Amino acid sequence: MRAGLHSAQPMIALLLKRFFHGVIVLWVVATLTFVLLRLAPGGPFDSERKLPPEVLANLEAKYHLDEPMLQQYGRYLGGIVRGDLGPSYKYLDRGVTQIIRETLPTSALLGVLALLFTIAAAFPIGLFAAYYRGLLIDRGCVFVATLGISLPNFILGAFLIWLVALELGWLQAGRWDDWSSVILPTVTLGAAPAAYLSALLRSTLIETFGEDFIRTARAKGLRELAVVVKHALAHSLIPVLTVMGPLAATLLTGSFVVEYVFAIPGMGRFFITAVTDRDYPLIMGVSLVYTAILVLANFIVDALYGYVDPRIRAQ
Amino acid sequence: MTHRAANPWLVASALIVICVLMLGFFAPWIAPYPLGGVEASRILEAPSASHWLGTDGLGRDLLTRVLYGARVSMTVGVGTALIALVLGTGYGLVAGFKGGYWDHWMMRTVDVFYGLPDMLIFILLSLVLGRNIGGLLIALGLVTWVRFARIARGQVLQAKEFVFVESAVALGVSRARILLRHILPNIVAPILVTLTFSIPSAILAESTLSFIGIGINDPYSAWGTSWGTLAQDGYRAMRSYPHVIAFPAGAIFVTILAFNILGNALRDALDVKAT
Repeated sequence: MRAGLHSAQPMIALLLKRFFHGVIVLWVVATLTFVLLRLAPGGPFDSERKLPPEVLANLEAKYHLDEPMLQQYGRYLGGIVRGDLGPSYKYLDRGVTQIIRETLPTSALLGVLALLFTIAAAFPIGLFAAYYRGLLIDRGCVFVATLGISLPNFILGAFLIWLVALELGWLQAGRWDDWSSVILPTVTLGAAPAAYLSALLRSTLIETFGEDFIRTARAKGLRELAVVVKHALAHSLIPVLTVMGPLAATLLTGSFVVEYVFAIPGMGRFFITAVTDRDYPLIMGVSLVYTAILVLANFIVDALYGYVDPRIRAQ
Repeated sequence: MTHRAANPWLVASALIVICVLMLGFFAPWIAPYPLGGVEASRILEAPSASHWLGTDGLGRDLLTRVLYGARVSMTVGVGTALIALVLGTGYGLVAGFKGGYWDHWMMRTVDVFYGLPDMLIFILLSLVLGRNIGGLLIALGLVTWVRFARIARGQVLQAKEFVFVESAVALGVSRARILLRHILPNIVAPILVTLTFSIPSAILAESTLSFIGIGINDPYSAWGTSWGTLAQDGYRAMRSYPHVIAFPAGAIFVTILAFNILGNALRDALDVKAT
């Protein structure tokens, strides 16, 4: 693709705008989590046995909960800027930043594997269905995609564990060390996005196959494979890119369910425990990291968007 | 235009949806056992003539629990969709109709909401609002409304271009009347499709949260227990007693599937562009 100096400038302006938008989203989430968790009934130190008031006062002083709200908010925002997400109420030996640093790589690996699975499954299925539109193979693909979209990942995960790991004994579940323990979580997390993406690809490709330039390409005597890959598929990449942002969100929120079902020591599992424990700083920290990942994913999509579609670059 | 035969998918999925709605609504009358009834001698029994779906770990009839679970799912699904419909459509109508400066900033706000990971916001809100049906409904509604706002606003912008709207303006019809009489009827189809799709999303979100143990937490509710919680109960004993997870999981799957097929069929029948 040609990208001269003239076309680069509006692209940079667009990305800058997106960057500021992302910063605002992060600030909104930081503020929202702060306010909501201060409003939530019940404190982190409420337990079965009531703590003596002196102990409670000491705890509150330790975590700066006795300061005025605005001061706490300022301390929190200042910490975020320095990369310090505060102490965890539950894990006394580790701060939130350290917990996230230890668990994020596991979640990221799961997410990337699931994304690769999504793409690897969706493209062939969508392409086949669109190419053989209306035939039995197409209807089969559409049916499977509808099933996949409707199947909650915790049900799929439980079913795969029961069938593949327990009954058949082919693969491992409940561990996270070698390749055989990675396959089932990856498939579970990627299934619904793959079904969604293949349905989208199918409908876009069907539209594309009806376009004049496809007929022209065929009339020129181009090989069928070249027509499909170079003309039809390339043209359909733009609608696919537009859903990559929401897809990243699905993978993110799906990951904490899948981590829970398969007992994977990732960030999502810590998030769920943090919610039940009311470990507020950990909840806020993980929420912020999730949002940052989502913002980053959308930013990359915007950048790619300009690269794939010359019209946007030229605007 | 010739009359087309009804789409069999639409009919079948609509029937299933109505069926689940009815089962949930009439659960107290058709359930074979009282809610919360425990038979200590009949724990984890397989399906039989007296317990069609078997019993759970405390000797409770599973059919009864699944029937009552339909109430929870349907209340959450339909309730969320209605809350989001009112909030989002109203917001979108105003933004699209006012246009200009108002439209710009109202939709900027929606964009920010749209960029938030909704499951997270939903969990945070439910921590504040309490882990009961009411709190969950509000939390889900507050997350879902942006979809309606976007659709409604886009439709209003299109509808404003119609000649009959222009002539109504020229005739001096009041703004409220134009909005309600001339624009609203023209945007019903896409809103209806969005409504149909937001019900299974809400059911999915609720059952997922209940499954991982941070959803509705109200074990003595007379309303019933979420299918997600039932599935969680069965998950722990999945190897030896697969029926305890299979039936609630199947109920969730079939209900969501029926709503999704209904949404697709409605979209085709009403000729609404995919959103």
